[in-house]
Amino acid sequence: MRTLFDKVWARNLVRAEAEDMPAILHIGLHLVHEVTSPQAFSVLRERGLNVRRPDLTLATIDHSVPTLPAGPDGRLPYVTPQAERQVETLRANCREHGIELLDLGDERRGIVHLIGPELGRTQPGMTVVCGDSHTSTHGAFGALAFGIGTTEVGHVLATQCLFQRRPKTMRVLFEGALQPGVTAKDMALAVIAKLGMEGGTGHVLEYQGEAVRGLSMEGRMTLCNLSIEAGARAGMVAPDETTFDYLRGRPGAPADFEAAMAEWRALRSDEDAAFDAEVVIDAAAISPMVTFGVSPDEAASIAGAVPEPANDSQAAGLTYMGVRAGEPVAGLKVARVFVGSCTNGRIEDLRAAAAVLRGRRVAEDVTALVVPGSEAVKRQAEAEGLHEVFLAAGAQWREPGCSMCIAMNGDKGAPGEVVVSTSNRNFRGRQGEGVRTVLASPATAAASAVEGRIADPRPYLKGAAA
Amino acid sequence: MSFQPFTALTSKTLVLREENIDTDQIIPARFLTTTDREGLGDAAFHDWRYGPDGVLDEGHVLNRTDMATHRVLVAGDNFGCGSSREHAPWALLAFGLRAVISTSIADIFRSNSLKNGLLPVVVDEETHALLLSEPGREVTVDLEENRLRFGNHAVPFETEAFARRCLLDGKDPLGVLLDALPEIEDFEERAA
Repeated sequence: MRTLFDKVWARNLVRAEAEDMPAILHIGLHLVHEVTSPQAFSVLRERGLNVRRPDLTLATIDHSVPTLPAGPDGRLPYVTPQAERQVETLRANCREHGIELLDLGDERRGIVHLIGPELGRTQPGMTVVCGDSHTSTHGAFGALAFGIGTTEVGHVLATQCLFQRRPKTMRVLFEGALQPGVTAKDMALAVIAKLGMEGGTGHVLEYQGEAVRGLSMEGRMTLCNLSIEAGARAGMVAPDETTFDYLRGRPGAPADFEAAMAEWRALRSDEDAAFDAEVVIDAAAISPMVTFGVSPDEAASIAGAVPEPANDSQAAGLTYMGVRAGEPVAGLKVARVFVGSCTNGRIEDLRAAAAVLRGRRVAEDVTALVVPGSEAVKRQAEAEGLHEVFLAAGAQWREPGCSMCIAMNGDKGAPGEVVVSTSNRNFRGRQGEGVRTVLASPATAAASAVEGRIADPRPYLKGAAA
Repeated sequence: MSFQPFTALTSKTLVLREENIDTDQIIPARFLTTTDREGLGDAAFHDWRYGPDGVLDEGHVLNRTDMATHRVLVAGDNFGCGSSREHAPWALLAFGLRAVISTSIADIFRSNSLKNGLLPVVVDEETHALLLSEPGREVTVDLEENRLRFGNHAVPFETEAFARRCLLDGKDPLGVLLDALPEIEDFEERAA
């Protein structure tokens, strides 16, 4: 009578919680990047502590790295000298503490939430943390994965453990199958719209149902990635054959894969397991979704209309976005399109965007950026010729990184511009001061690039290979 | 910004009625290339306090409030949603705040705040509405008693027991975790 979460929690529990003391949870994989780690390493230095388990720690460079190649002088075009210093600081910290760093030039580098799965380091039943809220991505493998702050990054570096109170559980059950042209991103936006931005606060979500089982690992990662936008620190999917097929043969996969699989098969919620909360979503009723406001829960079907604001905050958000209640969600003029990020920067996402863009052109007054999430995704896309599709359509093909999702590397929009983005947050100013972000799936983003307006991707997908 | 103990604080409130104030509003991502915890006060709510031209908006409540006497923020529902950046509480503390009151506070922000001595206080809607309606009201946030007091009101709030103990005693949780190392080593041996 235990949930998937209960089972994973128990496997990694060093000490159970008491009234006056949280549980001590052991961490199986600690992912580190340049932005949220320097102050944690400083604390270690101040206190004379070492990194306890460098073997369970893996670092990469993703947030502030340029996505344009080095200039004629051989130097990368960092947005500021401070951004470059931050990258240098991570290099020095990794050297000092013997942490493996997937540095620039390493063919395994990528956004922190892509590399764990790609290398087979993210596995069912384990705990994964990182100083990044989208660590929830790794829950797609049946891992318990969540974002932590820099103080906790220090705790994990020093002890490989965290103090944690046991969260509540919520079952998110998708009933029925998805319609053609509807993706994991649309499922996630539908969940967030239903729960609201704080509906998942204090909970770990477990996604279940036929539509979830039908998703590839890429799709499951997109779904779990966005759990935090409903307030949930973690989202999970029970591992199955799709999970095992993805992991088999990857460098970090267990040597005795058969034995590991036998163990992993038990990692599913028991039939009669009780959840603290439950929500049911009709998968067949989901259409391609886009956001219309300034928080991810302000999302609607692309065939729908902007709803009446519920309060002053929402009304101010609509004003910021330049939209009015009652107007169609589709049709808003677009200046820029971004395909990439830990939400939608995987190979399947690039294939979906390419399926729409093949043989078509990005509208004349639209700037389109396609940024692969990792070096591995970039190589695979180029092997499939997808980069040629993007370039022929007039889109830019960049180097891997977080890029316009967080817009701290210089890739950003201009004030007032509408950006259709496959990323995760449409907060005010997230993609540049005054930028109006519309969240969408890769197919919707690509269709919007072609039309120069927010556009339904479904007409473009007829006859295209899935 | 080193860890600051918290026992009780009497101060006036600064009110931001907006709901879902996310961490990108609290500190925009372009300020995150620092390798320090210090010096982030001016980055707090930067794009609310400065116009696109970089000129300070002197009329904004965040710019015309004396932060030395207004150390308690009362904010709209779901404060601190978004990213895990601990730069958010660092910036708020450096800006002068010591407590945040709302009807809901996002998980990671709450956890980060407790570790730095910025006290998250979740109250019921009625109390929240009263506080929103009267900016600048004097309140006492009493962690010893787990009570928020103002006027004739004494509203209980909850703080996770261990974090509360650490804040009251000025105790660093990392020290307690390091004390558990033998137990952690045992666990690793069993799991291996």
